[in-house]
Amino acid sequence: MQRHLISAADLTRDDAVLILDTAEEMARVADRPIKKLPTLRGRTVVNLFFEDSTRTRISFEAAEKRLSADVINFTAKGSSVSKGESLKDTAQTLEAMGVDAVVIRHSASGAPYRLATSGWIDAAVVNAGDGTHQHPTQALLDAFTMRRRLVGRDAGLGKDLDGRRITLVGDILHSRVARSNVDLLHTLGAEVTLVAPPTLLPVGVETWPCEVSYDLDSTLPKSDAVMLLRVQRERMNAAFFPTEREYSRRYGLDGDRMAKMPDHAIVMHPGPMVRGMEITAEVADSDRCTVVEQVTNGVSIRMAVLYLLLGGNEPAVSHARPTEEK
Amino acid sequence: MSKTLIRGAKVLGGEPQDVLIDGAVVEAVGRNLSAEGAEVVEADGKVLLPGLVDLHTHLREPGREDSETVLTGTRAAASGGYTNVFAMANTFPVADTAGVVEQVWRLGQESGYCDVQPIGAVTVGLEGAKLAELGAMHESAAGVTVFSDDGKCVHDAVIMRRALEYVKAFGGVVAQHAQEPRLTEGAQMNEGVVSAELGLGGWPAVAEESIVARDVLLAEHVGSRVHICHLSTAGSVEIVRWAKSRGIDVTAEVTPHHLLLTDELVRSYDPVFKVNPPLRTERDVMALREALADGTIDIVATDHAPHPHEDKDCEWAAAAMGMVGLETALSVVQATMVDTGLLDWAGVADRMSFKPAQIGQATGHGRPVSAGEPANLTLVDAAYRGQVDPAGFASRSRNTPYEGRELPGRVTHTWLRGKATLVDGKLT
Repeated sequence: MQRHLISAADLTRDDAVLILDTAEEMARVADRPIKKLPTLRGRTVVNLFFEDSTRTRISFEAAEKRLSADVINFTAKGSSVSKGESLKDTAQTLEAMGVDAVVIRHSASGAPYRLATSGWIDAAVVNAGDGTHQHPTQALLDAFTMRRRLVGRDAGLGKDLDGRRITLVGDILHSRVARSNVDLLHTLGAEVTLVAPPTLLPVGVETWPCEVSYDLDSTLPKSDAVMLLRVQRERMNAAFFPTEREYSRRYGLDGDRMAKMPDHAIVMHPGPMVRGMEITAEVADSDRCTVVEQVTNGVSIRMAVLYLLLGGNEPAVSHARPTEEK
Repeated sequence: MSKTLIRGAKVLGGEPQDVLIDGAVVEAVGRNLSAEGAEVVEADGKVLLPGLVDLHTHLREPGREDSETVLTGTRAAASGGYTNVFAMANTFPVADTAGVVEQVWRLGQESGYCDVQPIGAVTVGLEGAKLAELGAMHESAAGVTVFSDDGKCVHDAVIMRRALEYVKAFGGVVAQHAQEPRLTEGAQMNEGVVSAELGLGGWPAVAEESIVARDVLLAEHVGSRVHICHLSTAGSVEIVRWAKSRGIDVTAEVTPHHLLLTDELVRSYDPVFKVNPPLRTERDVMALREALADGTIDIVATDHAPHPHEDKDCEWAAAAMGMVGLETALSVVQATMVDTGLLDWAGVADRMSFKPAQIGQATGHGRPVSAGEPANLTLVDAAYRGQVDPAGFASRSRNTPYEGRELPGRVTHTWLRGKATLVDGKLT
C-alpha cells in the first residue's frame, strides 16, 4: 500500500484485494456487541470537507471512531476558508495541531493530489471525493458489495471480480464515482460497460478500459450488476438532455427493465438517489437493490483503508490484542 | 558618442563578423573592424540577432503591481533579449482609453530597459459589448496600432466585424484571443484524453478553431487584416494555412510553451502548467512547430503572464492562468526549432524580431543588422546548456513551467539603441 489513497487507478490488483479482505475482517467487528478496535488509539484523523457531504463524512467518522482514532471534523462553511484562507494554509494549520491523516473532500479535481504531493504537509491523505475526478473509497465499497453478492462473502476472500460484467448508467461526464469504478473494476478483472446519452460521456472516454453504449436495454441482459449514477436535474438546463421524462424513459431503471437483467444480477446506486429520475421506487426498494448494504460496507472499507494506511504492520482484527497498547 | 565593437559575432547565425555600434546606431558590419575608441565585447562565435520584439506581453501595471510592473517586466524583457514589447490591455483599469495607454507608454519610456508599445482594448472594459475609443488611442502619444481584448475573446461577430472595419481608417490591426466563450465555460485544460481522466473541465480545440475560422472570413469580407493571438491547435494551423492561400490578410503567433509542452503535464495538477489557451497534445505541438517553420504561423510571442506565488500555490481550479515567458522564450525556441533543424537563426530573427515588428508597426525595431540601422541587438550564447532557475529571474513573478528543466542558449548581451541593457547576462 502507498502512503496516500488518491485515486483508484493507483491501486494494484493485490492492493485492492487486500483492502477488500481487510474490510471483511472489519465487517465482523460490526457484528460484535462492542464495535470498536484499539488500532488507531492516539492517532488523530481530520475530516476536511470543503464540499457538502453528509453520508461520506459520517461514514468516515464512524470508521475512524470504530478504530479508536481521535476525530476532528472540519467543514468549510463558517471556517476560515470562507474568509479566503487557502487550502495550503488550512492544511498546514491542521497539521500543526498534530494530525496523522487528512480525509479530504473538495470540489476541485486534484485538490487531494496537490495536498499529498506539494510538500505542504506530511500527513497521510485520503481522497473522499474530488471534483469530477476520483472517489476511491466509493469504488472500493462498490467492489466489496459486488464481490460479496456475486462471488460470496467467504468464497470471495482473496479473489477479484474476474469476468463479472458491470454496467454503469448515467452522468459519466460529471461523475467521480464512474471514473473510480472504471479504474478499480478494470484492475479487478471485471468487464465494465458505460451507458449514457452521448452528451454525458467525456470526450476521450474511448481510451478508458471499458465499453461504451448509448442503449441501456441491450446492455441489461448482459449485466451482473447495474450501477445507476445520480443525474442532477440542473444538467437539463445545460442541454445535456431535453427533459427529465425523456431521460428516465431512455436511461432510467424501472421494474420492466429490471426484469431483463439476469436473476442473480444486482442493482447498485452510490446515493443519493433521485427516485423517479434514474431509478423508480419499485427498483430502489427491491431485494436486488444494494443501496443500504453499500452504506454499511462503506464503513468497513473506510476502516480497512485507514487501518492499512495508518496502522502500519500491526495486525488488524483476527489477531488483535485489545488489551495491549501500541 | 560611445562606441562598442562586438567582435566575432555570427550575425543571424552566419560567418563571424565584427559589428561596430556608434551611439544609437550600427556604424559598420564587417571583418577586422577597428576597435579604436570602442569598448570591445568578444562575441567569440556567439549569435547576434536583432533585438527581439514581443507582440504579446502582460506587464500588469497599472493595477497588479504585485505580479509585475513596467519596470520589472522590461528588465525581464531585456534579460531575455527583447528591445520592444507590446503590453496587453487587460490591466486595472483596462487600457481602453488614451489616458491609460499613455500612462503605460510613459512608464516604458522611463524604464530605459526596453521600448514599451501599449496595446489598446478593442471594447470598453474588455466586455465585448461596445467599441473602445480606438482612434483616440491611436492618436495619443502612445500611438496604438494593435488592439486586443486578450484574456477575453471579441466573441460577438458584429463587434468583431466593426472593429476590423474601423481600424482600417488608421492602419490598425485587431489581435484576437480566439476562444468561443460558451464552449469554454468552466474550462480548465485541453479537452481530450487527459481531461477525461483528470476530471477537469475541457477547453476544446474547436472553441479556438471556430473563432479563427469566423475571423479570417470576416477579415476577408471587410478587407481588413486580423492577427490571431497564441494559436494553439493543429486545426487552427490548417485554417490559417487555408486563409493565407486564399489571400486573406491574416497573421498568427505561437507561444514558446505551446511549442514545447503538452497537456500530459497537467497530470501533476500543478497549476504552473495552467495557461490559456491550454497546453495541447503532442500532435498539436508538432503541427505548431511545422507551421512556424513554413511561415503559416508568422511569429513567436511570449504571452508573458506573471502571477504572484499564491495564485499558483493552490489547487488547480483556484489557480490563475498564465506563465512568465520573456526570460526563457529564446531558449525554448532554440530547443524546439533551431536544435531540431526546423529553423536557422535567420529564421529566428524573422519570427521573433522582423515579423512581430512589422505586424505591430514598431518603428526602429525588427531592422536588419547592418550599417545605419538602430543598434537594437541581442547576443546569444547558443552553445550554453543550463537548468532554468526562476530565482534568477528579473521578473517579479516566478510562475515558469520550466523550473529545473535543461534548456539550451542564453542571452548574454542586449543593446537598446546602442545602450547596453544586459551585459554578460547581468542587467545594467
